[in-house]
Amino acid sequence: MSTKIVTARVGVKDSHTIAAYIEHGGYKALRKALLEMTPEEVQAEVTASGMLGRGGAGFETGRKWSMLKQDLVKYLVVNGDESEPSTFKDHLLVENDPHQLVEGTLITAYAIGASRAFIYLRGEFAFGLERVQAAINEAYAYGAVGGNIFGSGFSVDLVLQPGAGAYICGEETALIESLEGKRGYPRIKPPYFPAVIGLYGAPTIVNNVETMSNVPWIVTNGGKAFAALGKGRSTGTRLFALSGDVMRPGNYELEMTSKTFRELIYDSDLGGGLKEGRSVKAVIPGGVSAPWIGPDNLDLPLGQDEVAQAGSMLGSGSIIVLDDHSCAVRAAWRITKFFNRESCGQCTPCREGSGWIEKIMHRIEMGSGTESDLDLVLDACDNIAPGLTWPPQQTTICVLGPSIPSSVVSAIKMFRDEFMIHIKEEGCPFVH
Amino acid sequence: MSFFTPENLEKAKVLVGLYPDRRSALIPLCHLAQGQRGHLSHEAIEEIAELLEIQPAEVMGTASFYDMLHTEDVGKYLVGVCTNVACLLGGGQELLDHASDVLGVSPGGTTEDGMFTLEEVECVAHCDKAPCAQVNYRYFGPLGNGDFDTLVDDLKNDRLSESVPPHGVLSRVFRDAPPMVPLEIIHQERRKMDEAKKARLAAQNPDAGGKQ
Repeated sequence: MSTKIVTARVGVKDSHTIAAYIEHGGYKALRKALLEMTPEEVQAEVTASGMLGRGGAGFETGRKWSMLKQDLVKYLVVNGDESEPSTFKDHLLVENDPHQLVEGTLITAYAIGASRAFIYLRGEFAFGLERVQAAINEAYAYGAVGGNIFGSGFSVDLVLQPGAGAYICGEETALIESLEGKRGYPRIKPPYFPAVIGLYGAPTIVNNVETMSNVPWIVTNGGKAFAALGKGRSTGTRLFALSGDVMRPGNYELEMTSKTFRELIYDSDLGGGLKEGRSVKAVIPGGVSAPWIGPDNLDLPLGQDEVAQAGSMLGSGSIIVLDDHSCAVRAAWRITKFFNRESCGQCTPCREGSGWIEKIMHRIEMGSGTESDLDLVLDACDNIAPGLTWPPQQTTICVLGPSIPSSVVSAIKMFRDEFMIHIKEEGCPFVH
Repeated sequence: MSFFTPENLEKAKVLVGLYPDRRSALIPLCHLAQGQRGHLSHEAIEEIAELLEIQPAEVMGTASFYDMLHTEDVGKYLVGVCTNVACLLGGGQELLDHASDVLGVSPGGTTEDGMFTLEEVECVAHCDKAPCAQVNYRYFGPLGNGDFDTLVDDLKNDRLSESVPPHGVLSRVFRDAPPMVPLEIIHQERRKMDEAKKARLAAQNPDAGGKQ
């Protein structure tokens, strides 16, 4: 029986209500933190847990908190703008266990001394917004948020903020701009990260929904217990969102590094394998910003460093499987189309490059590409991420730009033959 | 003359009061306006600007950045079909083509009776239900062509009014408790912080203050 942390209550009847949450141990961690621990002690537990941020960049949560500039006014912002294609873990958490998110957020607000905390949820999560606001209302009535929480003397308010449909707002500085009521344009950093100059110019911590949802467990069980799960830098569990050509797509919470890609895809209680007679052609780990990995890498354990060493990233923990009946050109084209649409438009390499790459990829897929198009598309990619290395070099304000080449470069590297068939046969050889 | 209904105006005032800077309520107020009217009309934009104490052009300039904020009229039901990679592998593009045939409009278009606006949308985080679609941001999937036809039929005949409320993702989101840490305290501390910073900078560079 593997340990479940963030999904422990998923499936429990009325798991979204405070009654069910309290019945299953909810808000004990907040009480413990506020009444028995100092903010520094809470921070120390989170640091000891070694938890890496669950949003995508994988920065150590405790270290991030420790970098917060100490000033009178500080803010906490929870990033629930889940829009990395094929990432659908946070929506499960906000809909099924909103109180866990609220509790984790409040504990964090106490640990960092936040003047106010905000949960920014993706605008499309209409149901999630209902669930989280209802949970916040219940938490106010219960005395878990607001003034003098549980008689501890600590006061903080929690505000739910909806987004309005912009992928870029998942980037923390764009999210802050959006929360300030502006266009979601990422800010230039360094020198000033949100921990120094963030929301309304005050020091701000931005943490992902899944990261926050782990905090109550860490406070209850201790950072050491969390660090005992997983291996190396990959501590605790992670919610893997599996999609694409598998029989049982879905969210699976697994102890980090405990399973390999192959096990996640094929185990009967996990992905359940592929359709009869098919095989894995490629896997996109960590969201569409990540380079693809081939069937030869399926025995990699699901860990931060393990995937990084293979030249990709675990990113947001979403895993898309392409089987041998899927077209690599079409998939890479569609991913580029996404980036083109979602580029905020501030930086020329990203704004213009994504459009050019999308057009060239589209004409190859549609059968009017030429052999020289492959060099042309790689050249356009090189203008956004010079050298086409991984991790990429950056010519733009944020990392959306350098994420664009990942899939295109992977597809050309791994499936050059397939591109040539599209070009020679003047069309896509696959049946859609 | 007010654009917002008295009830929505009340909600709008609560939202404005939640933030240290009232402009932060811009997106929530736009959602509220869309819940009332379907899209952001001129009157709505002007009233939002007034509530936020900024110019209407600033509201428009921000709203135009976001896909969910519509400055032109849309149908009663916003039907968004996802064609991003996980849905693409599951037949999302074919579902969009089918939706376009059934509704008789291209993506971006609204049916003549004003019932449906069809949109091609990016990943809506329901990839385990691929191919999926959203109707007024409520999710349906996996959808075969037949399932989609049934969905449209149900919507036309008002059989889903419980699970698919009108536009405006805040139509069922109510905050029932005001903030308990007064904004004045945050503002006061902020002023202290800024003054301390000014003093610190002046101490570092004593000339700077005198020159200007």
